[in-house]
Amino acid sequence: MSGIEVAGGKKIILPMSRAVEISLRSLKIRFGRSLITTSGVVLAIAFLMSVWSSNEIVSSLRDVNKSEINLLLQKKGVETGLTDGGAESEEAKARLQEEQSKQMWLIGLSLLVCVVGIANAMLMSVTERFREIGTMKCLGALDSFIVKLFLLESTFQGVAGTMAGILIGFLLTLGLALLDYGGFVLDYFPMAGILESAFYALIAGTVLSLVGAMLPAYRAAKMEPVEAMRSDT
Amino acid sequence: MSQAQEQAGTTVQPEEQRTVVRTQQVKKMYKMGEIEVHALRGVDMEIYTGEYLSIMGPSGSGKSTFFNMVGGLDKPSEGKVYIDEVDVAQLDAYELAWLRCRKIGYIFQSFNLIPVMTALENVTLPMVFAGLTSDEARDKGMELLKKVGLGERYAHKPNELSGGQQQRVAVARALANDPAVVLADEPTANLDLRTGTEIIELLREMNDDSGVTIISATHDHKMLSVSDRVVWVKDGQVDRIAKREDLDIEVTHVEGE
Repeated sequence: MSGIEVAGGKKIILPMSRAVEISLRSLKIRFGRSLITTSGVVLAIAFLMSVWSSNEIVSSLRDVNKSEINLLLQKKGVETGLTDGGAESEEAKARLQEEQSKQMWLIGLSLLVCVVGIANAMLMSVTERFREIGTMKCLGALDSFIVKLFLLESTFQGVAGTMAGILIGFLLTLGLALLDYGGFVLDYFPMAGILESAFYALIAGTVLSLVGAMLPAYRAAKMEPVEAMRSDT
Repeated sequence: MSQAQEQAGTTVQPEEQRTVVRTQQVKKMYKMGEIEVHALRGVDMEIYTGEYLSIMGPSGSGKSTFFNMVGGLDKPSEGKVYIDEVDVAQLDAYELAWLRCRKIGYIFQSFNLIPVMTALENVTLPMVFAGLTSDEARDKGMELLKKVGLGERYAHKPNELSGGQQQRVAVARALANDPAVVLADEPTANLDLRTGTEIIELLREMNDDSGVTIISATHDHKMLSVSDRVVWVKDGQVDRIAKREDLDIEVTHVEGE
């Protein structure tokens, strides 16, 4: 009875550093596809960020309540409710709320599309790598290793895409705002608000990527090692 | 190496040897729609430590199923499979992974190296799983690569290697954690005649050197002359088992025809 019971330290491990290395390389080797998946995240987050930062900029300008700025804002159809002594009209409030809920819908939809896109791309990636996953399992990989690898991969894509999206969304909005309101934007730049938006966008993007990758990663992990033996895939 | 000498000798005495894989009345049924397919109909088999065993049989004979059973890749519907005296059916997922990692080395028909990794990284991956430090793994990996004649090419990716070279890397990888058994699934099927022969000789060499048990599923008749025993599987049962000394005659006979 030598063997399994006797041998000390029945552990199997995949150190985080190796997992990171493997998943980064898997992304690199499929760079084209990774880019397409990532661009979905970039677009969704850019949209989110541009909506949020333009809200921030506009509300910061409104709060200044200078007549010249108010004029510019009104030209753009923004209610400057504080013009007549501080009381916002009911009508303006309602309109603002409607606009906001419309925005939420659009944001929600774009994020949903983004998750579906990620899930789709990851599923494809899993299917393509059936044999690789099966081989890893034959070499002793646990289900959790496979999940780890795929979630890491997706997280890297998500974080990179989100950062790019934040930057693009912000710069576009800033550009447009500069066109509309000129130097006032910079004079009353809502730094804290923008940073806060960026932070939330980063969280949103990362969470989305993780959620999108969960089902594919689970599917990959549940694969039987016998798959590795099949030569016709 | 007493084992090696024993192998080199003419007689293999099963009674004196330690069993590494044992199957008891192994049956396997698959449901294909309404029909039950009996892939294995009760196989009793003992595989001994240090032997080079070939499993032959046409496709659909149950050969692959049997092969997967003894490799811990599949569980029987009925009967028992013991690998190193451990009942495979009793193992949980973690123990099964551990068994695959430490006790069994796999060699595949289509090499199955991980494309994003270099030859050395492919060889060391099972060692990483087994918890070796990266220094230990690198040293041992280099040693194994030298053994299979690829010491110079450790930094090459699989797609920069020929089929034969990839299979050599796979052989080195299979030996990474000093397994009790190496399972080779048609290891020469995707190779030309000469390269296939080289791989067979390499396997035989590893078997002689380290005493590792080699179980190989094959169609390749070149494999017969190096095997200690050959098992023919037919209709889900062991058709016959032949030892090498009996085979030599047969092979010459066939070639003489």
